[in-house]
Amino acid sequence: MNDRGKIVAGLIIFLVLITTPIWMNLVAEGDAEGPEIEILTKDVPGQDKCVKSKTEMAAQHMDLLNTWRDEVVRSKARVYQTADGRYYAKSLTHTCLKCHSNKDKFCDRCHIYVGVNPYCWDCHNEPKEFK
Amino acid sequence: MRILFSLAAVLALLLVAYVGVAAAGGSYFFLVVFPYLALAAFFIGIIYRILKWAGAPVPFHIPTTCGQQKSLGWIKPAKLEAPSTTWQVIGRMALEILLFRSLFRNTKAERVPGEKVVYGSCKWLWAAGLAFHWSFLIVFIRHLRLFLEPIPQAMIWLENLDGFFQVSVPGVLITDIILLSAITFLFLRRIFSRQIRYISLAADYFPLFLIFGIAATGVLMRHFFKVDLKAVKQFAIGLVSFSPLQPEGLGIIFYLHIFLVFVLIAYFPFSKLMHIGGIFLSPTRNLANNSRAVRHINLWNPKVKMHSYQEWEDEFHDLIIGAGLPLDKE
Repeated sequence: MNDRGKIVAGLIIFLVLITTPIWMNLVAEGDAEGPEIEILTKDVPGQDKCVKSKTEMAAQHMDLLNTWRDEVVRSKARVYQTADGRYYAKSLTHTCLKCHSNKDKFCDRCHIYVGVNPYCWDCHNEPKEFK
Repeated sequence: MRILFSLAAVLALLLVAYVGVAAAGGSYFFLVVFPYLALAAFFIGIIYRILKWAGAPVPFHIPTTCGQQKSLGWIKPAKLEAPSTTWQVIGRMALEILLFRSLFRNTKAERVPGEKVVYGSCKWLWAAGLAFHWSFLIVFIRHLRLFLEPIPQAMIWLENLDGFFQVSVPGVLITDIILLSAITFLFLRRIFSRQIRYISLAADYFPLFLIFGIAATGVLMRHFFKVDLKAVKQFAIGLVSFSPLQPEGLGIIFYLHIFLVFVLIAYFPFSKLMHIGGIFLSPTRNLANNSRAVRHINLWNPKVKMHSYQEWEDEFHDLIIGAGLPLDKE
């Protein structure tokens, strides 16, 4: 006697579980390519580029914000100098959000897509959205 | 030697990925070709091995003496230690698979001066094994957020719970720390215990180094060498929906991480890691302890021509009557 039936049933259950990403993507209606982020407030006077390159910001913006907070809060160093010599106030609300004011289409889209849940807004006020 | 060989193998793999991406620019190989090859090896290998196991005959029930077998009505049976029904067996299997019941019984023999040999309980292996396997499972499930769009709410909860302490940005995850500590313990155990070092093979060290490498590159990627998560998710979804992408913004650390992951996946069916399936087929755990109640028939038993008393009686019916002997049938 062998237990082929039971073992094959178990194998099928395992295969169904392990292929979850494959079949759930077939039935899911999400946008696999990910959202396009938009900056709606493009024409802020004197600001045409970010404090760092787009690639750097995409991967490391949380590091920058974290460092800024520490430097401002702990050593009162409030001015940030960019690599190409521009100066900015180290402030999320007064620097970043001036251009990136549309949080829902800029910050949130990516954060929701990759399942990141930053707790910035536990303390900071959300900016008024540009409708 | 076996340790160094395994360590060298993992370092060589890292070097292959590093040189392959940084110098040779082989992102197509590392993002498309190798992952699919590894997944094919994984699925074909696992199905092949399990089907091969499935053909094996069920052995005679192996009672292990850790509980009272079901016996007379007034003797209390140990239902989980010596199960006699399928549901009780499922209970014992669940304890084994979810809580490593057998490892909990682990003992340690030690020579103490003045005594011959001293035996004692030893729960370290059980604790580290449990911590390692459970945190690995949670880490595995957490990664589904990169494969699913939209992300199921349960994934978000799991991630938030895992990052409960909200230390640093992005938050340090509890399972990452537990996983790395537990696997370090499991490795040191093989080094410092003389008996275990003696029986450890390269095939024991290699998966330890490999999984340590995966976890370490993952932690480094999360906290030190950040990559663009959006690109990572585009790659992941592309992979599982069979339209692979090679997005920009994936750092070298990402290639190191996924190369080790796919090496692990490809290595899986050929290694001791198959205990993921094997544990379900442990005869001392998954057979009911009912050898006195249920007859076991071996597959290889030859067909024996039987001649039962009933048939014998029918054959000599008249002679038995003639001799004045009683018949069972009447």
